Amino acid sequence: MSPAVLSLTALRKSVPGGRVLFAGLNLEVAPGEIVAIMGESGVGKSTLLNLIAGLDQADSGGVAIDGVALESLDDDGRTRMRRDRIGFVFQAFHILPHLTLAQNVALPLVLQNLNAAEATSRAMTILDSIGLPGRAGDRPSQLSGGELQRVALARALVHRPALVLADEPTGNLDPETAARILALFVAEVRGSGAAAILVTHSERAAAVADRSLNLTRDGLVHAG
Amino acid sequence: MPAERRPLSRTALAWMMVGEWRAHPGRVVTAALAIAIGVALGFAVHLINGSAQNELAQAVRTVNADADLQVHATTPLGFDERLYPALARSPGIAAASPVVELSARFGTGPSRSLEGGGLTVLGVDPLRAATVTPSLLGRGAAPAAGAKGFVPESLFDPRAIVLSPAALSASGGKVGEVVTITAAGRTVDFVVAGVLSGAASDPQVAVLDIATAQWLFGSLGRLQRVDLKFASGANPAAVEAALRARLPADAQIVTAQSEARRGDNLTKAYRVNLEMLAMMALLTGGFLVYSAQSLSVARRRPQFALLRVLGLERRGLLAQVFVEGALVGGVGAVLGLGLGLGVAVGTLKFLGGDLGGGYFRGVSPDLVVTPLPILVFFILGLAAALLGSLLPALEAARAQPGIALKDLGDKNDPNAKPAAWWGFGLLAAGGAAAFLPAVGGLPLFGYLSIGLMLAGGVAAMPWLSRVLLSPLQGAGRRNVSIDLALKRLWGAPSQAAVALCGIVASTSLMVAMAVMVASLRGSVDDWLTEILPSDLLFRVESGGFDADTRARIAKAPGVRDILFQKTLPLRLSSDMPPLVLLVRPVDKARPDASLPMIGRILDAPDGVTPVWLSEPAARLYGREVGERMVLPLGGANPQVFVAGVWRDYARQAGAIAIDQSDYTRLTGDDLRTEASLELKPGATPAGAARAIRAALPPDQAAQVQFFETRQMRAIALRLFDSSFALTYALEAIAIVVGLAGVAATFSAQTLARTKEFGMLRHVGVLRRQIILMLAVEGGLLGAVGVIAGLGLGLAMSQVLIHVVNPQSFHWTMETRLPLPLFASLTVALIAAGAGTAVLAGRRALSADAVRAVREDW
Repeated sequence: MSPAVLSLTALRKSVPGGRVLFAGLNLEVAPGEIVAIMGESGVGKSTLLNLIAGLDQADSGGVAIDGVALESLDDDGRTRMRRDRIGFVFQAFHILPHLTLAQNVALPLVLQNLNAAEATSRAMTILDSIGLPGRAGDRPSQLSGGELQRVALARALVHRPALVLADEPTGNLDPETAARILALFVAEVRGSGAAAILVTHSERAAAVADRSLNLTRDGLVHAG
Repeated sequence: MPAERRPLSRTALAWMMVGEWRAHPGRVVTAALAIAIGVALGFAVHLINGSAQNELAQAVRTVNADADLQVHATTPLGFDERLYPALARSPGIAAASPVVELSARFGTGPSRSLEGGGLTVLGVDPLRAATVTPSLLGRGAAPAAGAKGFVPESLFDPRAIVLSPAALSASGGKVGEVVTITAAGRTVDFVVAGVLSGAASDPQVAVLDIATAQWLFGSLGRLQRVDLKFASGANPAAVEAALRARLPADAQIVTAQSEARRGDNLTKAYRVNLEMLAMMALLTGGFLVYSAQSLSVARRRPQFALLRVLGLERRGLLAQVFVEGALVGGVGAVLGLGLGLGVAVGTLKFLGGDLGGGYFRGVSPDLVVTPLPILVFFILGLAAALLGSLLPALEAARAQPGIALKDLGDKNDPNAKPAAWWGFGLLAAGGAAAFLPAVGGLPLFGYLSIGLMLAGGVAAMPWLSRVLLSPLQGAGRRNVSIDLALKRLWGAPSQAAVALCGIVASTSLMVAMAVMVASLRGSVDDWLTEILPSDLLFRVESGGFDADTRARIAKAPGVRDILFQKTLPLRLSSDMPPLVLLVRPVDKARPDASLPMIGRILDAPDGVTPVWLSEPAARLYGREVGERMVLPLGGANPQVFVAGVWRDYARQAGAIAIDQSDYTRLTGDDLRTEASLELKPGATPAGAARAIRAALPPDQAAQVQFFETRQMRAIALRLFDSSFALTYALEAIAIVVGLAGVAATFSAQTLARTKEFGMLRHVGVLRRQIILMLAVEGGLLGAVGVIAGLGLGLAMSQVLIHVVNPQSFHWTMETRLPLPLFASLTVALIAAGAGTAVLAGRRALSADAVRAVREDW
């Protein structure tokens, strides 16, 4: 069996004021595996994603990506880990308005110091594959919500990450568009060979995952 | 395996920067222009002053020629000519050339300006000068165009004179023609025998035979200068030291270095203060860059957070904001250098080299540009922009990306108490720096104090906004617009501070300058009233009134009471510009009846001559009341007693007052050059002037100049105002830059709140209510800015009045407040704040309210 892309060990996190979000949380995600995480609002789903991305720090326990413990890295090290190994998809898209679509998608590559021409070329290729051919020079203001989320998906995968973190990727979309984006998400993630954590409220979205887990105060339990 | 560390991605930086600038070009241009204006003003003032200073130095070199060493008389009375052979025989001296140096003018009438005629007459021995100072004879250089091959030996003709090109032009004559020259009270005709080599911009110099000069201008037995040439192999320092020990009190050694220092000391404080004033605009520009960058960082907080999430390290964000600031500063500095060069060229061409201080009046210098100032002002522009970017860059890098990504970009935390210790710490440090002494004659700690106070004042703005707005919290209960405006301002004091920092900086600097200028003008006005109590003044430029003439004048019809005096330059140190010896009747028991005394007054011990020092003289030479000093007068070496200090705003190089009987006893000189008189009831100034002219010998009657006291006072105040004309202009520019900053900042902050306005419109707030809310916000911000600017400016004005002025110009003054200016400034700033906020609000409200709420950025 391949070593896990993501390992969470006895993770505990509380918020200011002392309320414990979760404790004793364990999880292992294998390469290529898609895991959906569900739970009520305020239970700490987004906080969990932040811990996995190294954007927040746990009270105790460990997070390892590709066998590297995030606790052993400083801020710059965690940032480089995100840059090279992780892709992100957000509910609010977060596409930079003053860059072209190709530039938005190519950002992770140029942050890795790939030259601009090569980065843009790879961005255009992936934009073609997600259904936005010939739109590389467009600005985000010219796109619909569904199209913006496609661009976000392209940006999350363009640098071939080991792990994709998706936070409510269909939360801002109508059901039809959401279904199309989910299908595209699964196809593209599986095609890239990356593992993915999909945080969602939607049973329908969770259904596309290999595993669905509920986040509770005591950790992750199998959903349904 | 941990990910490898790579250099910063230039592509990412470039994409982000170009995208931001394309989206908001106006803000970048405003910030760059603010830097450009600051650099341009500083660079132009520096170039103009530097060029004028260079021209003055050149003029001094022309008159002093190329001697290795000179012995100068401490006063125009000169020293005994027997010193010359003693100097010529001194060890280490190869040759010596005696010189008579007189201040003169062309023609017979009085000079048209208060400064005099501007011609220097040099009497030289052609054979000696040919060895020691050949340039005075024009040797080694081609004769000027049109000159008829000047031969130095022609100077042996007692009616021959040789003129510099500038002097020939001023005389209106030609080679071979007769010109009339007046010096030492005598008028003589000469034939122009030739023209010295040199440029038309060089000073006016006339050279003639020394014996002729002594004979015709009543200077027999006296010399003003001896030029010396070292023997080959002589040790200059040793020769100088040996000579110095043998010189009488009325002679001093002057070297090229001491002349350079003297010229530099004369104008240093003026030049540095003017350049510091010009730098205020750059400082304001730096604060505007801070405003622009702070707003830009606040608005882009989620964008930066995304970049951090996607893998941009902290230093990458720091670099991003810093490089943006550096490019703004670099472009602004280059623009400013070009603009400054243009302003300097235009000013020198059309207005000459004087920027108002009067030090360079009449000087028409060529522009001198050297690489160092270009580099220095470029770096200053860059540094202002980088300093302005420092805090925003640190804030951008400090933000937690996970939280900032979901932030609306507008952090309002009404519960957070704004920190004040940082601002108060800087203010306290500024106050402490004001008590430190001058460095090299310059009030560097005074400027540091002002800079620290400014930074402290701006840093304390969030706290001050909260304190000032707290009492108003209940004021808006009946009006939703006012309530919303007050709650926002109270809840977001940091945002208010960012909006206000540019205007607080420029307003406080302007208030400080205005209080200083008003205080100085008021003090000068009072002083003029005290020193000009009489009805009529008159003076003769050269020579003077002897006792018989004075007696005749005193009996002239219309004259009730008259006071004669004499002023002459006196060198106390070869490094310092000459001060003025003021010879007049002084009541030794009550000197305050004769002079505007300040501080304690002492009686001189028996047998010791008392003198009274002007405030600048006391400060420049470090003399205290009660001390003794040597007064180098008339070959004697008298110890005099400093009996008091008097206020004087006219002579920045200092003045020493001495009772006329003491002066005549010490020097034997009984001539007086000036008089002030009171008229008998019913007498008119014109009638008295006619009567006095009739009492004078004919040649003096033609030379004497009369001034009515009223005119003098008006002229003095006009000169004062023209001296500060540039100050007013620089203040106005700083305020305009500050107001532009307010407009840009309010506009940016308002436009960034489009989503908030959309939400308010959704919940039923009327469009006009939002406009009113913005007007109240803008007006209140303007009012807070005025209060802070006035308070800070008043504190800084005390540093200008009690530290910078005494340390730079060696005078003190009482504080006076220009209240009408404060009132108009208050109205202008509140109106500008409210007006700008409303205009920007109209633009923001023109966007579709529904779309505004859906906007993510």
